[in-house]
Amino acid sequence: MSNELIDFLIVSIALLAIGIYGVSVKRNFIRMLFAIEIIINAANLNLVAFARFIPNSEGQTLALFSIAVAAAEVAVGLALIIVAYRMYKNIDVADFRSLKG
Amino acid sequence: MVDALFLGFAVLTIVSAIAALEMRSLIYGSIALMGTLGGIAGFFILLDSPFVALFQIAVYVGSIAVLILFTVMLVKRELIFKMKEDRKRRYAGIGLMLIMMVALGSLLFSSGLPSITTDEPPVDYKEIGKDFLTYYWPALIVMGLVLAGSITGAIALARRVDGVEDEQRTD
Repeated sequence: MSNELIDFLIVSIALLAIGIYGVSVKRNFIRMLFAIEIIINAANLNLVAFARFIPNSEGQTLALFSIAVAAAEVAVGLALIIVAYRMYKNIDVADFRSLKG
Repeated sequence: MVDALFLGFAVLTIVSAIAALEMRSLIYGSIALMGTLGGIAGFFILLDSPFVALFQIAVYVGSIAVLILFTVMLVKRELIFKMKEDRKRRYAGIGLMLIMMVALGSLLFSSGLPSITTDEPPVDYKEIGKDFLTYYWPALIVMGLVLAGSITGAIALARRVDGVEDEQRTD
């Protein structure tokens, strides 16, 4: 194998940083979901990279579980977007104020 | 050494991740997100984990990206193109991103990780199946229940009650 562990970790860090930028700056609900997806993928890449270089199969198993949980999370997140859009006619998180104290 | 395939996947993944967040149209953004997810699947293949790559393509590129695309299409047209963000907040976000990259990168390079390479054969995917059915079987069952529960919850949330006028808030 010609690639080193550090190469994959650098890509993973870059994706994590982009995702954190998205979560902190974007106010659009769907774009925030994109950013969360990017962060989850960075974590999965990390898991599989370490699993390949140690090597054991547990990292891959955990990555598979993580992908399944992410699928559930996206389904619920998108349903919440639909409900919020129906209530407020908007997908800007700054406008969702009914829970504000 | 970094090979050309790795470099290609890295550029695809990072450029399309930035495009997913910065493109004006949410539809193009979600297509760019598909590029990111596909690039990650490519990395999984490079890491000799074809089973995870297959799962990634089936679940992420195949279903989640399409689900997001359909949700975007349910939203009003002008909201898809609307990009309202604070300039100060944006600069702060970029600063946070750069600080994060530099801090984690320097931490990574000062650790012993850069010297790690491997010549060992990749883990056989039969191992993963065995793991799932022997050691992780309770987790697998809980996972199935969580998935079923979340899908039922999503359907219940998004259900439109017929005959009832949508509630619209003005505040």
